[in-house]
Amino acid sequence: MRRRAVPVLLVVALALCALGTLAFAQAGSGAQSPPVGAAGGGAGDPVAGHQLFVERCSSCHGTDGAGRRGRGPSVRGAGALAADFYLRTGRMPLAEPTDQPVRAPVQLTATQIDDLVAYVASFGGPGVPAVHPERGSLTRGQRLFTDSCAGCHTVAARGGIVLGGVAPALQQANARQVAEAIRMGPYLMPRFGSGQLPPADVDALARYVLSTRDLPNRGGWAIGNLGPVPEGLVCWGLGIVVLLGAARLLGERTT
Amino acid sequence: MSDAARDPVAEPIRFVDERLGAAKLIRGALDYVFPDHWSFLLGELALYAFVILVATGTYLALFFEPSTTQLVYHGAYGPLHGVQMSGAYASALDISYGVPAGLLLRQTHHWAALLFIAAIVVHLMRVFFTGAFRKPRELNYVVGVAMLAIGVLEGFLGYSLVDDLLSGMGLAIAYGVVLSIPLVGGQVGALLWGGQYPGSVAFEPRLFIAHVFLVPAILATLIAVHLAMIVRQHHTQFRGPGRQEHNVVGTPMWPAYALRSLSWFATTAAVLVLLGGLVQINPIWQWGPYEVAQGTNGAQPDWYLGWLIGALRIMPAWEPRFWGHTWAGNPFFGGVVFPTVVFAVLFAWPWLEQRFITRDFATHHLLDRPRDNPWRTAIGAAFFSWVFTVFFAGAADRILVSVGIPYETQVWLARGAFFVAPVIVGVAAYRIASELRRSDLHPLRGAVARRVVRRPDGSFATVADEVEPGAG
Amino acid sequence: MRLLARLLAAVAAWRAVRRGAAQDRAPLPPPPPPEPDPRARRVGARADAERLVAALLIACGLCGVAFVVVYATSANTQLLGAAAGLALVLLAVALAVASFAVVPQETAVEPRPPLEAPAEVEPAARELRDVGEGVSRRGLITAAAGVAGAGLAAAAITPAASLGPRAKGLGAAPWRRGTRLLDQDGRPLRAAALVVGAFATAFAEGADRRELGSPVVVVRLREDEVHLPAARRAWAPQGILAFSKICTHAGCAVSLFRYPLDQQTSKTPALVCPCHYSTFDPRRAGRVEFGPAGRPLPQLPLAIAADGTLVAAGPMSGPIGPAWWGVGHS
Repeated sequence: MRRRAVPVLLVVALALCALGTLAFAQAGSGAQSPPVGAAGGGAGDPVAGHQLFVERCSSCHGTDGAGRRGRGPSVRGAGALAADFYLRTGRMPLAEPTDQPVRAPVQLTATQIDDLVAYVASFGGPGVPAVHPERGSLTRGQRLFTDSCAGCHTVAARGGIVLGGVAPALQQANARQVAEAIRMGPYLMPRFGSGQLPPADVDALARYVLSTRDLPNRGGWAIGNLGPVPEGLVCWGLGIVVLLGAARLLGERTT
Repeated sequence: MSDAARDPVAEPIRFVDERLGAAKLIRGALDYVFPDHWSFLLGELALYAFVILVATGTYLALFFEPSTTQLVYHGAYGPLHGVQMSGAYASALDISYGVPAGLLLRQTHHWAALLFIAAIVVHLMRVFFTGAFRKPRELNYVVGVAMLAIGVLEGFLGYSLVDDLLSGMGLAIAYGVVLSIPLVGGQVGALLWGGQYPGSVAFEPRLFIAHVFLVPAILATLIAVHLAMIVRQHHTQFRGPGRQEHNVVGTPMWPAYALRSLSWFATTAAVLVLLGGLVQINPIWQWGPYEVAQGTNGAQPDWYLGWLIGALRIMPAWEPRFWGHTWAGNPFFGGVVFPTVVFAVLFAWPWLEQRFITRDFATHHLLDRPRDNPWRTAIGAAFFSWVFTVFFAGAADRILVSVGIPYETQVWLARGAFFVAPVIVGVAAYRIASELRRSDLHPLRGAVARRVVRRPDGSFATVADEVEPGAG
Repeated sequence: MRLLARLLAAVAAWRAVRRGAAQDRAPLPPPPPPEPDPRARRVGARADAERLVAALLIACGLCGVAFVVVYATSANTQLLGAAAGLALVLLAVALAVASFAVVPQETAVEPRPPLEAPAEVEPAARELRDVGEGVSRRGLITAAAGVAGAGLAAAAITPAASLGPRAKGLGAAPWRRGTRLLDQDGRPLRAAALVVGAFATAFAEGADRRELGSPVVVVRLREDEVHLPAARRAWAPQGILAFSKICTHAGCAVSLFRYPLDQQTSKTPALVCPCHYSTFDPRRAGRVEFGPAGRPLPQLPLAIAADGTLVAAGPMSGPIGPAWWGVGHS
């Protein structure tokens, strides 16, 4: 009993720390699921879309899409761009209108989304932007991202906090969604028009954001690419814990 | 004589002894007794981390260029080609991507810095809670606390050298804190930075000479003083069979302890090199160069400055401004007052305790267990939990946000915990220590030769066990 | 007075009680009585331990060679770290086994040499005092030594003044009436480029971009959202506002702009510094809404030139950057 309790406690502490570190790293890195395919291309039926809109969206956005005060904004003029972004990232439909819409499993079928997009687009507004990340410059993308996006999303696009909301990690976003978000400014995000960020810059930004799925982690295990906080956790949770265990073994003779 | 002259072991001793009279010293060193307890290795851990810092740091200094001269990068890391940056950042990139084994040594150096200060903190807690700072060791305790403060500064200087986005943001905050000092802040800032930050080209070379020479030299001197005082006073020891105030019981330095200590050095080095090779730390190529107009969410200092960012963050927006002057910028409270209070308490503790708690002015070489002095344990636990609360507040945006607690709420919780947590922890620690002292249970080792029995009337009692613990 | 006396008496009584209490607490379990001598020495290595140490040391050496091979071939950081780390692990284990199971095991008792020599204190002090023995003008010499010390100290410390120029230009910004706003690429920023909800960084034309006063954050709000004080009414043409990008708290870049798509269901617009989350309200002239900053963000009055570019309509509304002694009312 006397000699056994210590190793057991140590193992438990070690395991807890390791688990904590892992969980933390996981939380930051974002799941590596494939990006949502850029399906659907304006083939939707606006009439079916309206029907669906009344069923699924009107409690907040109103039956005519003009919005309801305190529940949801007007979708008139939001265009195919906004509808495509919100529906294909699973952010809409939203259960509680004051919640922040976050990326979630897509709740509608591709056809339903096409119909809804067509309905919202029927009021006019911007279309889905064309984006070509392969044409963008990675170096310029990183600089633009640091200039305009890192204040909320962090340089490595791992997400951060905005007072009153959360800036999401962007590893699950595809190029089209990046472009849509830049132009529209979902939830609390600012908006960047083509006068400020021309399409070539959006291409560069999209390329950089896509590259953050697999950052050059030459140093080894990236602990979530979250900066010094997980590094401190590893120092204490792994380094100090392991060394305390070793000290316990080394510090006293068993004879 | 002729036999001894040929003896390869005795002859060098004789050589030194005839010239320096060192045989007695050597014998004394070989016979020096180290008490057997694992917690005595914590100070050694800090020492060995320092040795590794010096070794890896020397190597890095051969490749690092402390310059803020702007250049267009065309070095080993492709994705930043064509970007304008300082010579310092460019050379740090090349250490990471161009110099073979450069990244291993850079990461080992950085992990060693984190671990160095962590080891000092753990060592400090051991010394604190066992009363090892009592007379006659107050001076050595003060030297140790000074090394903690200087170590924190040294670490900050180190990661500030790189001139990447994170380090630039850290320096901007440090500059803001210096400016906030009443009356002289602006002058001190100009003096230290050689002008304003950013923009002064004088600053980076100063940072470099401070990090690679000035501060390490001070640390090395203090380490020498620390060790010399230990040798003069000999180690403390826990109570145990044959252990008295006037002796030291344990393993002699030669041979068993020397091997054990070398093993401990190899263990420390192994952990650091494995971390340095396998776990990425401060991937500077991902941060990009520092620009004054840029900032990133989640920018954090290394852990040992987390308590300062926490203090800066939870301080309410108060800035005394009257008679046409700002009497103290807001960062003064979190960045200067708070650490000053923390270190003042640490420095003064041996005398505070003597004066207000124990009124014990005697010399002690036998250690207390934490329970032996519940008041010290309670105040210490309260104090460290107080600092930890602030530390936690500094990282809360990264940790708690994934749990969904709004940041504003976190700040108010932290402000509340700043006052409440130490009280709760202190009271709990006092209760626990008192109870342990009464019952003589050991939290790690379980019941030692005692067990609880049920009396015939249904009540419980603790009785000494008949059986020796090792016998079963 | 009487009250004070009572207070003092109460304090004294409390301290007496505390002292008593302290004495109650102070006694620890007395040092254990003399026990059998703990000294012990055991010689004799275990054969298996000796073989184990040798094997570990050889393996350690092989890992060292592996490090050299990796260095010469791929120089992969992970392989290098694993090789060197494993070598050190093996060395650590070998040394530990050697320490515990190969070399002689000894528990020794070393007498702790007495530290103090009280009999020497007074003689030492006397010798120090003897310096003045038979000297009549001690005061004069002491004072003269003081003069020498002070003078030399002043001379020694003066070169430190070369380290930095006097603090000047703190809080200054290069913006004047008519200074154009340049974007990150150095092109003039046009009002038409900014949509409602836009967030941009601009620099003063003709100034060093790394100068603290140069960068401004430019945002565009709906004109009906802007509630500036009367004196600043004209500072935000078309709802476009500019503020110093340097946080008034600790000098980080205010690089977070929160602009709600729907103000009904989320937050109001805000400029936030990501270092300590000082939050400023751009609608109300950069007022501090949350966080530690002690004063509002300095605002840059804007105008739109005939060619549609944004220019400063005057200097910054106040000193930029973190607060120092010289920051007065703003």
